[in-house]
Amino acid sequence: MLINQFLLLAAVLFSIGVYGVLVRRNGVLVLMSIELILNAVNINLVAFGAQHGVSGQVFALFVIAVAAAEVGVGLAIILLIYRNRHSIDLDELDELKG
Amino acid sequence: MLHHVWIIPALCALSFVLTLMFGKRTPGRGHWIGITFVTAAFVLSLVTAGQWIQRSGDHVETQAQALADVDPSCSTTSAELAKSGGTDEGHGEKAAAGAADDGHSTEAAASEGEGHGAGAEKAEKEEHFSRPIVDCVHWFTSGGIDVTVGTMVDGQSVLMLVVVTLISLLVHVFSTDYVGGDRRYTHYFAFLSLFTASMLFFVLSENTLQMIVGWELVGVCSFALIGHWWEEKPNSDAALKAFITNRVGDIGLLVGVITLFFVSGSRFNILDINTAANEGSISHGMLRIASICLIAAVMSKSGQFILHTWLPDAMAGPTPVSALIHAATMVVAGIYMVARLYPVFFEGLQIGGSSVNLLVVVGSVTALFGALLGFVQKDIKKTLAYSTVSQLGFMVAALGVGAWTAALFHLFTHAMFKACLFLGAGSLSHANHHSFNMVDDMGGMRKVMPRTFATYVIAALSLCGIFPLAGFWSKDEILAGTGGWNYANGAYTFSMIMLLAAAFCTAAYMTRTVWYAFLGEYRGHHHPHESGPRITIPLIVLSVMAVIAGFANIPEGFRMGLPASWALKFEHIVEPVGIFFPGKEQGFTHAEFNGKLALVATLVGVLGIVIPLAFYYGKLPFLVNLSSRVKFFGFLKRILENKYYLDWLYTDVIVGFVKLPLAKATYWFNQNAIDGVVNGAGKSAAATGRWVYKYIDQGVVDGTVNTIGTVAGSSGEELRRSQTGHVQQYAALFFAAAALLAGVIVVVVGG
Repeated sequence: MLINQFLLLAAVLFSIGVYGVLVRRNGVLVLMSIELILNAVNINLVAFGAQHGVSGQVFALFVIAVAAAEVGVGLAIILLIYRNRHSIDLDELDELKG
Repeated sequence: MLHHVWIIPALCALSFVLTLMFGKRTPGRGHWIGITFVTAAFVLSLVTAGQWIQRSGDHVETQAQALADVDPSCSTTSAELAKSGGTDEGHGEKAAAGAADDGHSTEAAASEGEGHGAGAEKAEKEEHFSRPIVDCVHWFTSGGIDVTVGTMVDGQSVLMLVVVTLISLLVHVFSTDYVGGDRRYTHYFAFLSLFTASMLFFVLSENTLQMIVGWELVGVCSFALIGHWWEEKPNSDAALKAFITNRVGDIGLLVGVITLFFVSGSRFNILDINTAANEGSISHGMLRIASICLIAAVMSKSGQFILHTWLPDAMAGPTPVSALIHAATMVVAGIYMVARLYPVFFEGLQIGGSSVNLLVVVGSVTALFGALLGFVQKDIKKTLAYSTVSQLGFMVAALGVGAWTAALFHLFTHAMFKACLFLGAGSLSHANHHSFNMVDDMGGMRKVMPRTFATYVIAALSLCGIFPLAGFWSKDEILAGTGGWNYANGAYTFSMIMLLAAAFCTAAYMTRTVWYAFLGEYRGHHHPHESGPRITIPLIVLSVMAVIAGFANIPEGFRMGLPASWALKFEHIVEPVGIFFPGKEQGFTHAEFNGKLALVATLVGVLGIVIPLAFYYGKLPFLVNLSSRVKFFGFLKRILENKYYLDWLYTDVIVGFVKLPLAKATYWFNQNAIDGVVNGAGKSAAATGRWVYKYIDQGVVDGTVNTIGTVAGSSGEELRRSQTGHVQQYAALFFAAAALLAGVIVVVVGG
């Protein structure tokens, strides 16, 4: 089985994720897009793991665990932002403007 | 049981965990867990003690056999002995010869050879070896050094096992009533268990690293328990003071252990270090450095003079905790450590030699000065605390003069009567609305608290050294250890006189507490009553021990018709004999019982009781208000009331000096001395400077700097615009940069 199909799928997923991160204004959707990016990486890891030994799978598991933690923290932040500002529009969050 | 003695501390540690996790939900809020487990530990300790006593009766012929139960994987000494003993182990002479051939001609092997040669000339006792049991498991390897963790069972640790578990059990029982209904009742019992477990861990340590762990655990537990009622500022301050004062000494312990590790050939094992120190394979100077560092640790942990200040403050904790700290755990850890590493101190400080060593000075000074402080306290617990300081001084002095057994024996008897006294004080305060002020809130308690009174007086008499109670025997052994009047070199006569004076003061301040608390008329404003059985039963048990404990080591020459096999039983069981302990060759001797000295000591004790009593009953009018009439005594009293100004020295002088005057002095020096020079140089430099300023600085340097500044400023102004605060723009930049980097890598690697 060729690895190209997996890499292609991962690349597409990754691009969709990047697109989402860059253009979406809703914080939750940005978080979801980040998940897409991470899962694209996971697909790569698993695909290479299937050919070169088990360590890729192990790394994918780590990534999943970290992603879960990251989503937890991210959603908590967004929740607090919403409570404080009644909006999760990222364009309005420019308090660090130089 | 001797090989599985780790179960005992493990039981107490388990009790800690269970109490902490489930204590609140069990009936009685957790004390049953502690009591059950500590009882089990106590029973197991008794079993261990029984087996050890049986074992110490067996005779072995050689040192190799004596160390047969030492796990070779944790002790190189044992491993080498086992190897040199070879297959002939069991045939005494050959094994001894083998040991001698291998260069292990220690005094053990030598005396063994002699013993076989000379036959009947050697007394039976001298062929006796202690047979310590060491078991260990691998802990970690670091830098090629295998560190083990395990247990070492010998007379000394068995003694402590019994003392610690017995006192702890009684304190547990006592506490169920004393702190009943407390806001952190469960927490309190959990820490009592942990305290016990830490101390047991410490006394069973097989190597010095493990000792440090136990030592620190004990410190942490004391911190938690002294500050049990931390809501009040003085209590948490006292806990902090105890902890920080102990840290000062802990540095000494750490440095000492590290020094010992390096000079003994990278070894932590206590048996190995002791053997090396004993054989003289460690240089005397290094041993001296190590032992002096370790003394610092002893001074802080065991409340020796100048670092004792935390001990009286530690009275802020609940009274049963004070009893535990002062009798069984914590403060005796220092004594135990010296006794454990005795060859290090013996060789390092030349204890057998003629010079006066540091331990004796520290111990004697502590014994006397601590006892003097006991007079001016209003708080009964503080009097007892200073009494502990003084008695610990006795033990340290005993170790210093070479009376190892006397020190350990005194530790044993002291644990019994001091725990009884503290618990008695607790019982008193329990009846008096938690006041410890015996001068203002007590008096006449004899009538309302007969059981507390009886037990307290018995323990106090024991502490005063009245024949035939426990304190008499142990104190007398220490005094005999100093050598009496006609000791060969007389180096320790000063120590004996100081200790006798301390004994007098001890008797006097104990009489004072009895007078204020129990005799006379009631001065408080409550309705005191006798405490319940959970308080009085531990008191009765301890007072019985305070009477009979002394018979464990009756001197040979003073048996009073008791069977000969009873004599010096304690010494026979507890004292180590072998290549890991100083023997006759190094000058380690036992003091003979000295009838005259005992008589004088008893007289001193009796006088110490009679004089204050006569004074309080108004029979000695010339003593009344002595301190306000005679200036000198007033001066003395003021010094004592201010605790020799040591707290003042620490907080105001040392800390204050660093904080304010030192800073001021530095400032003054800075202003007048340094600035004078600087000004002179400055004026001449200024002229040069002005010229340089005008042309070089303003023109060249500033020009450059200004240009750089302007460029940085304007470029910053430009770059500022890129900081939009929009996270997505940053993300876009990030991805673009990543893509660029990926492109570069593809080109470079792929090309």
